[in-house]
Amino acid sequence: MKSTGKLAIAIGALFVCSACASSKEHLLKMDESQVELRSMQTRAFDTTKKESMLRTVISTLQDLGYIVNEANEVIGTVSARTTDIKYELFSKKKLPLLITVTVRPKGETQLLVRANAQFDEKAVRNPLVYQNFFNVLEKSIFLTAHEAD
Amino acid sequence: MIHKGNCLLPPVTVVVLFVTGCGGGGLPAHVLKLTPESLQNRVLQTRKYEGISEADLLSASTGVIQDLGFIIDETEANLGLIVGSKDRDADPDAAQRAGQVLIGATTFVVAVLAAVASQDGDAFEDIFYVPAVDDYQKLWASVVIRPATSEDKGKTHFVRVTFQRIVWNTDDEVARLQSLDEPEMYQKFFGLLSKSILLEGQEI
Repeated sequence: MKSTGKLAIAIGALFVCSACASSKEHLLKMDESQVELRSMQTRAFDTTKKESMLRTVISTLQDLGYIVNEANEVIGTVSARTTDIKYELFSKKKLPLLITVTVRPKGETQLLVRANAQFDEKAVRNPLVYQNFFNVLEKSIFLTAHEAD
Repeated sequence: MIHKGNCLLPPVTVVVLFVTGCGGGGLPAHVLKLTPESLQNRVLQTRKYEGISEADLLSASTGVIQDLGFIIDETEANLGLIVGSKDRDADPDAAQRAGQVLIGATTFVVAVLAAVASQDGDAFEDIFYVPAVDDYQKLWASVVIRPATSEDKGKTHFVRVTFQRIVWNTDDEVARLQSLDEPEMYQKFFGLLSKSILLEGQEI
């Protein structure tokens, strides 16, 4: 009887530990290398006007139909959310695309703009999605985006 | 000579490439691209205000958002942003109600007949079904103010407001997540904003 009790405790502990492992795994999980991810999500622009760039990012997201729900000039972030995207013909799920854009200086002549998006509880890792965003942003500011080093 | 097992490889590869080609969790290609409606929406959602500072416009816009019952969630004065939200009932429309009554009544009759015929109460529960309808919603208003030019000492600005909502149904599932694009909403908001500017100018 005693051994059955110990076994139950051991199994319980195992479940708790595996749950911890799972949440830790998700917390620090990266789907590709840090460099690859940053390169896909980042562009450099030949301007140093951070506030102006942040305002343009906000305006661009609004043009794209996103609702801007957070922004911070000091940190240089803008977060927004779209309405549901119909991505699977028979899916009943109603899912938004979430996006955060950060703007920070690069050297003395450029700004780095990074966008990272999330959809269906996963990080978006399709480079085309980020390319689309930067294409629209480029048009908004009449500046050419350079691949970030 | 081709091994029989390898014959499956090309079709499987094509299917795998097709599935992974969707990328980003099956996102369609139009994501983060402008649509033909983008410009039209911008016009609908934006008004130009002259002779008023950005700070005064922020204050007047905050007043309107409060007038409409929104709770302020986020403000960033340096970028001209105000975000508010409110939770409200979502009344189902006539079509949803009609569908609910029709399907509910039909499945009720069929379920009663099935239960009587089979002498099994479970048959009733298996068949009787009432479709979910809209129940409650969360609405957001996001106001962004930006200077029009730098030539008039910061006294001309564009105000752009966007509305969005999530509707949950009676099964507690997200039924819709949508932008609200009815022109009347935007006309009403800007009408209220003009009044708010006037009222705050008079310190009311």
